Formats: sequence, structure tokens, C-alpha cells
Amino acid sequence: MDYKRSNILGRIDWLTVIMYLALVFFGFANIYSSAYRENHPQIFDFSQRYGKQFVWIIAALFLAILGVMINTRFYYFFAWPIYILSILSLIAVLMIGATIHGSRSWIPLGPFHIQPAEFAKVATALALAKYMSYYNRTLSQFKTLLNVSLMIFLPAALIMLQPDMGSTMVYSAFILVLYREGLPTSILIVGFLFALLFILTLVLDKTIVIAGLLILTVILHLFIEKKMKITLKAVIVLLLTGTFLWGVSRLLHRNFSFYNIIFFSLLAGGLAFIPFLYRYKLKRSAILYLILIGSVFFAFSVNYVFNNVLEEHQRKRINIVLGIESDPYGSGYNVNQSKIAIGSGGFTGKGFLHGTQTKFNFVPEQSTDFIFCTVGEEWGFVGTFTMIAFYVFFLLRILFLAERQRSSFNRIYGYSVFSLLAFHFLINIGMTIGLFPVIGIPLPFFSYGGSSLWAFTILLFIFLRMDAERMEIAF
Amino acid sequence: MKDYDQYEVRKYVIGGLVLLSAFIVIIKLFVIQVVDKSYQLSASNNVLRYIPQYPARGLIFDRNHKLIVSNEAAYDLMVIPSQVTAFDTTEFCNILGVTTEEVENGIRKAADYSELKASVLVKQLSARTYARFSEKMFKFPGFYVQPRTIRYYNYFVAPHMLGYVGEVTESIIKKDPYYNMGDYIGVSGIEKTYEKVLRGEKGVNIYLVDVHNRIKGAYKNGRYDTAAVVGKNLVASFDKDLQEYGEYLMHNKVGSIVAIEPATGEVLCMVSSPGYNPSLLVGRDRTKYFPALIKDTLKPLFNRAVMASYPPGSTFKVVNALIGLQERVIFPSSTYGCAPGYYAPGVYVGCHIHRTPLNLKGAIQNSCNAYFCHVFRNILDNPHYPSIYQSFESWRHYLESFGLGHRLGIDLPNELSGFLPDTSYYDRYYHKNGWSSLTLISMAIGQGELGLTPLQMANLAATIANRGYFYTPHVVKAIEGNLTIDPAFRLKHKVAVDSSNFRIVIDGMDLVVNGEPGTGSTARIARIDGIRVCGKTGTAQNPHGKDHSIFMAFAPKDNPKIAVSVYVENGGFGSTYAAPIASLIIEKYLRGKITRKWLEERMRNTDLIHGLQKK
Repeated sequence: MDYKRSNILGRIDWLTVIMYLALVFFGFANIYSSAYRENHPQIFDFSQRYGKQFVWIIAALFLAILGVMINTRFYYFFAWPIYILSILSLIAVLMIGATIHGSRSWIPLGPFHIQPAEFAKVATALALAKYMSYYNRTLSQFKTLLNVSLMIFLPAALIMLQPDMGSTMVYSAFILVLYREGLPTSILIVGFLFALLFILTLVLDKTIVIAGLLILTVILHLFIEKKMKITLKAVIVLLLTGTFLWGVSRLLHRNFSFYNIIFFSLLAGGLAFIPFLYRYKLKRSAILYLILIGSVFFAFSVNYVFNNVLEEHQRKRINIVLGIESDPYGSGYNVNQSKIAIGSGGFTGKGFLHGTQTKFNFVPEQSTDFIFCTVGEEWGFVGTFTMIAFYVFFLLRILFLAERQRSSFNRIYGYSVFSLLAFHFLINIGMTIGLFPVIGIPLPFFSYGGSSLWAFTILLFIFLRMDAERMEIAF
Repeated sequence: MKDYDQYEVRKYVIGGLVLLSAFIVIIKLFVIQVVDKSYQLSASNNVLRYIPQYPARGLIFDRNHKLIVSNEAAYDLMVIPSQVTAFDTTEFCNILGVTTEEVENGIRKAADYSELKASVLVKQLSARTYARFSEKMFKFPGFYVQPRTIRYYNYFVAPHMLGYVGEVTESIIKKDPYYNMGDYIGVSGIEKTYEKVLRGEKGVNIYLVDVHNRIKGAYKNGRYDTAAVVGKNLVASFDKDLQEYGEYLMHNKVGSIVAIEPATGEVLCMVSSPGYNPSLLVGRDRTKYFPALIKDTLKPLFNRAVMASYPPGSTFKVVNALIGLQERVIFPSSTYGCAPGYYAPGVYVGCHIHRTPLNLKGAIQNSCNAYFCHVFRNILDNPHYPSIYQSFESWRHYLESFGLGHRLGIDLPNELSGFLPDTSYYDRYYHKNGWSSLTLISMAIGQGELGLTPLQMANLAATIANRGYFYTPHVVKAIEGNLTIDPAFRLKHKVAVDSSNFRIVIDGMDLVVNGEPGTGSTARIARIDGIRVCGKTGTAQNPHGKDHSIFMAFAPKDNPKIAVSVYVENGGFGSTYAAPIASLIIEKYLRGKITRKWLEERMRNTDLIHGLQKK
């Protein structure tokens, strides 16, 4: 027993553990500073946030030890039950949860509030690792891809219902895992193009976007088919149907909107073109055409979703990042104040406990989602650079650990740990400096809050145990 | 030992992606922390300060473009509680001339309102104190001086029409986010009705302030600053000289004068007496004088011209005459005797001794009670209507068309509607079908339940002067930059009596003032040589004391330029005070000078207040 434990302890990747401890400590120092008031100088004042965070940290260390103590076999065999339990907890929170800041995300447990969404990330990572590590499963199989997508989508959808857009978006981090495990590049490219189209539709006028799509399709068509005549015919058919529809709408005194005419002439033109497709066997043209129709439809739905599905504050946050709107006192207040705080730190910072912007609640959510402001203000560019470098090194270390696993279960789990931490890290810092819309996700190991600290600790230390055991067992 | 993994190279893509993103983040951080100096004006700690820019309030001119109300500079000491650090209270108090407790309480109150927003600590410092404090301001972080403007009165006239400006209350702040603690808002009069026009729009300047409380410059070169928009100027409809003269005449009397230009509905003067000096309610003086004005039993803050309701007395007879003519129940030639007085079963209405019988003109000239009792009963007992319910409603309809029984809609706050009873009122008071024209007979001569504001009375005079129509009276003639005022004031209100029926009534009102001596004219004292004044006296019975003296008039008879109503509380007969005052007002307005100095002296020197209080 003694032998075995010391064995495990000996094989733990202590470098990662030390970096973890350093991050937690530095995070605590910043929470202390942001909540620091001259009339509450004691560190262990439990009425203050830093006092509470101290308790969370101690508890997290116990969880870390627990995580390391439990054998990897346990996680492998209980991956499904854990996943199901976590889904149930997400359902439970929707029914009995406490509402804080407009989201039903918290389960009250005595004096504490637990956020099941934080722990669901661990469960999803385990379940994904288990499912994808079965022999002969590859993501180029449609069925596997579908199941994996569903496994990710289910907890994300439940969290969206709370609603907690930030934690929902975190699940997109798993795309990195899937990519590593062989997700076809074409899917990623299509996804990326649609994301680009999404942003372009919001930034540019819809007409310009649609016109651009049409021209792009014609050029692509020329390029792929290399048949000038047929392309020209297609364009003429399209123009004719468009003019015809326009004429009909004028004759009927029905003012069809410009967009409707484009859309229907595209449909009608496509139908008229079907005989050509048959005769000349233009399979690729057909695919191109379908993509065009899909994109135009997507552009319309973006506007619809943006204007009708998203909440007012979400719209504004996106608009602010895209530079469409400037609202330094309203929705842009957080980001503006956060940028002032970070910017005012200058090169060397104002010194520990000497921040001014980050006191007096200039920056809302100072100790949780915007903890990076304190780093920026008090430690300056030197501090932010060091911290980012340190964090990136920490992430790359996890990546390295993940790559050295011998079983795909371990590797997939390791990649999940890496992807989740990287996503949180980049998006959180990105939003404090205005590179990304404010979606309210914590900075792992830094932000105030028990649930996120515990969940990330468990997530990490399960993997450290797997890493320690990597030579013994392989699934 | 590991299986061959064809996707292993992707680890470089993933690692590279993270490195690239981190690189972008670092570039951005370098820009905002090192390159862009606007975030950190100096190495010291910067705090943004939002300083509202208060626009000057719009000026108010009189109808002849004399400047009545303007602005002067004042300096408020502001405090932002969250930025206050320990400071030398003794020095602070010495500079400002306040006590330590005042400062402590003030800061506590400000902190209760908001830690982060500025509140006023000391109002309206003198320019001298302001200068002294500015020198020492660096010693007192969290405090700064906010310049703003307060009202300055070039003439101490028309307090009720102009109204006053005061600090916003918390309930207003809650309702309208435009206002912050310590802002000013129009509280009464024109200042209140035209608040949005006069106030302009606040702007905001954002400054960076260092730990020493010194402004280091505009934040982002003022990119987020907004400029204040100056309030618009107003041209009030009143004539400053006439208003001043009216207040002069009403000295030591309780009551009001309202004069209207019949052709437009513009109020030429509106006196409510006793009044007050509007400059007493500006700035720090207000705390001294306001409580005294509130406590005064004569209610000087109360605008009697639109907020008091009196019975119209005999002036109302001309309205009944007009309705009677329109309903064809009397004719100019109709003649009734006077006993003296009016006798009917169970009813007696007294009258004074005059020649009898009289036709309509003579009855107006002599103000015969008996004659108008006949007129009133003819109206209500008109066989054309099935019952008194219908005839009463018809009578009431006429009165409503004259603007009685409801607010006229003048552009002043808290206008009273007066009182015009309806049939259900009498059903409640007596019982259904339990009342008749005899029950209501006192309304024949303007007594009983009726209530009119002096404004409604003046509007009545204007309506008669116009031979059957009026424009809603208003006190603002024009708004700077706007081509028209509220279109409601340009709307012609026609009354339900035909224009042709006014001639005979106006002839009667002419005789009231200009009748031959000995023919019984009730207000010959209002006669002005060379100006044909038409008027009607009234004496309102007052259950609480001496009767009120009432007069309504317009002049000249043809193409009238002014219509006026005068109420003098406890003044006795209409001809005693109200008629001479109205006559003087008319002369002043039409001629600009007074020929009858003896009458002016007598009116000016009459004291109806202090004798009254002795009783």
C-alpha cells in the first residue's frame, strides 16, 4: 500500500502540479487585491471574498489528492454513469435551481451553491474519451460523428436553457479534441466559412453579402467546370427568372421584397437548370449550387436569429466587438472599464494592492470573470505577458502529456482537459480586452468561485493520475 | 508500442493555434498597456470623472421683448464619497464657512444616494469662496466644484406666471433618468410647463483625474464627451409694464387680475395678490424664504387667477341673456317689471331700486335681478324641451361652450376647472324630479353652486369681445426656433351662441359704463374719455365675510384689444374696487399712461388686508 502510493506520487508529473499551485496562488493574490479594503485587512476574513476563496482552495487541494488517489480504471468503467448523473444534475438545476443574475444555474446545498455546469465538463470529457476510444471508431463514420455530436450537444443544450450562454459555448472547445481524433478537415473548413459568413452578414449589408456569394459562385463554377458557355447560360437563366419574378410582382401590385425576389429566382433558376445538369453530368455544379442556396438561406437566418433569438444584451455585446456599436456606458461599460483598468497598468503596473480602477467596483464582476483586469492594472504588461507565457506553457505541458499517452482513452481525455482550459483561458482574456464578446466564463484557477475551481481541479488531477499510470494499463 | 496514429501531426496545428491566439492577445495587451497612452495618462492612478455640463436655462422675455428672467453663475461643491480620503476638516470648513457636522452629514447623505456618483455638498458658493477653494482643492480628493447657472430676475414681476426653479425630488429622479441628485427643474408656472424647452440638454465631459484630484486632461481627447444644448428662449405673452401696474394696483388687496388679448388668447397680464418677489426663491435664499411663504395665511404662492374658484355674481347675467336670446325665449324688446325684486311662490330674490320696467339692454345696464330671474326661468321652463332635465342640459351645454366647468387648458400647471353642476348633482342634492327652475333661481344672478376661475371670467369677456369665439388663453407667445406654439392655442373655439345675438348684450354692457348719468349705469366709474369700455359688474356673496368685488370688461367696443376680469376679495360691490381697477388696467394698456391719477391713488392706497386681519 505504502509502496504503491509512493510509487504513484513518484510518477506524478510534478511540474504540472507546481504550475497548478502557482496559478491558484497567484489567482488568490489577485482576488485578495481586488476585494481589498483598508478596513478589512486580514486575509482570513470570511466575510470577504478572499476569505471564502481560501476555503475553496483548501477544499480543492483535498479534491486534487482524491482525484490522484482514484485509479484510472474507476473513471474508465464509470464514465457513463458519471455522464448520466451529470446530465440529471443539469436537468435538476433547471427545476430546483436558484436564480442568480437571471440564470438558473445553481443548486443550493446548505450554505453553498453548486454550479453543475462546471462539473458537467469533466463528465462530458470522460464520456467522450470512453466512447471514442472503442476500437475501430473513427470520426469519418457518420454514425460516430453523430453520436459524438449528440453527447456534446446534450449538456450544452441543457446549459443553454438556464440560460448560460458562456458555459454553453465552452462545449465548442471539444471541436479541438475531435479534430485531433480525425474529424475531416472539410467539415472544419465548412464550419469556419459559415462562421465567417455569420460575421460578414452582421457587419455588411445583406445585399452585399448575397451579391458577393453569387459572384463567388460564378467564379468558382468557371474555375471548376472550365465551361464558359454553360456558366453564362446559368447566369442568364438566373437573371431572366429574376426579372420575370420582379415583373410579375409589379403586375400583381404585390411588393415582394428584394430579398424574396433573389431567393425565389435562385430557386426557380435552379429548377430550370436541372435538365442541363443531367445532360452535361455537372455533379460539381449541382453541389456548388446547393452550397450557394444554403449560404443565402444561412445569411437570412443569421439576421433572423440575431434579431429574434438572441437577447438584447447578447446582440449588443456582439455588435460592440464587431465595432458596429459603441456604447461605453451601457453594454460596453464592462469592456470599456476593463480595458481602462488593464491599460492603466502600463508597462510595469501600479503594484500589488495599488490598483484603483479595479477597486470601487468600476469593473463589474471584478473578482470572477474580470479578474484579469487586476493582473493588468497592478502588474502591468510585464505581469500580463509573464502570466500569459506561463499559462501557455502550462497548456502546452498538458498537450505534451496528452500526446505521450499510450491509450486513446487517456489521450482523448487529456486533449479535453487541454481544450477546455485553453478555451476558457483565451476567451476569458479575450473578452476583458475587447477581442471577444463578453460571455461571462471564468479564468480557470484564477477566478473567484468554488464550483469552477473544484471542477477544473478535478478535471486536471484525474488526468494527472492517468498520466502517472500510463505505462501500466492501456484501454 | 503505440499504434500508428495518422492524425498525430495535428498536434502541431492545435499547439500552433493556441500559440497564435496567445500571440494575438499579447499584441493587443501591448497596444492597450504600452502603446496607447490614453489608458494611463501618467504613471499615477487615473480615475475618470464624469462632469455634467449644465446648459444655461432658456431666457424669458415679455411680449415686447424685454428680458425678464436670465441666469447667473453659481458654483456647487460636489462630493464623490468613494473617492474621499481622510482630509483636514478644519481647513475645509474654514474655507467654505460650514460646520464639521454639516460636512459629515452631507457626505453620509451623499454616500446613501451613491458612492460613485457625485452629489451636491454645499450649494452655490460665492465666486470668492470658489476661488479660494480651487487653490486648495488638491488637498481634498473626492471633492470638486461644479459650475452651473441659477435664475436671475431683471424685474420682480409675475411670480405666479413665471414660476420658480428648484432641486429635483427623489421621486422625479426615479421616474426620469435625465435628472440627477442636485439638478434643477421647473417647479411651477412657465418654468414647469416649459421645462423641457427651457432646460436644454445636459452634456457630459469625461476627464482623467489623478490621485491629487487634479484634472489631467480629457479622456480619449473628448471622444465620448457630449456637448450641452442650451435651453430655448421663450417670449411670454404678458406685458411687463401692465403686469407691474396690475401688481401695483392690487397692493394690499387679495384677488386677481387677468387680461387677455381677445384676438389671440394671449394673456396680457395675470396678477394674483398677494404675490412675492420671485428672486427670493433663487439659490440659497430659498431655504430662508420658502417656509415663510408656505406658512403665510394669505397664501402668496397660490396663483388665484387659475387656482381659485369664485361665484361669478351678476357678471353671469350676460351669459344667461345670450343663452336666452339664442334659445329665443327672450328678445331685445322683452320687458319685465321689478317689484323691486322677484316674487314667485316660495321664492323672493331682492333687487335694488331702479326705474322699471326695463328691456334687456336696460336690465344689463341696471343689473336688475328680477329681469334675469325671468330670463333664467324662461330658459329652464322652455316648453320646447320635454322636461327640465333636457332644458338644463341644453343650458349647461351652452356654458361649456363658453369654457366653463372644465379647464381651459392654459399652459400653466394646476389649473382649476371651476364648477358647473349637472342634473345628477341636483338629483343627489334634492331627489329625482325634486327640483325645478325655482330651486335653481340663484344661478340666474350668478350665485349658488357656480364656480369660475378669474381666468375663465376673463376668457368670457374675451369671448363676448370677439362676438362668439375665443382662443385658449396662453402665457407663452413664442418659443425660440419654433415657428408656431402649440397648435391647440391657434384653434378657434366657437361658442354655441350666434354672433348676431351678441350685439344687444354688448350694447347693454356699453351702457353699464357709458350710460347717461341718472339712467342707472352700475359702473360709470370705469368710464374712460375717448375709450369705449364695455363691462359688467358683479358682487359675489361670500358666506365667510364681506362680498367679493368683481368686474369683467373689454375695450374698445369695436375691434377690442383687451378683455379683463378683476376679482377683489372682500371688496364689496363690483363698482367699488374691481371696476376702477379694470378701467385703469385698460387705460394703461391702451394708452400707456393714466389720466385719472386720483383714481389710481385711491386704488393703490386701499388696504383691504390689514383691516381685515384686525377683525
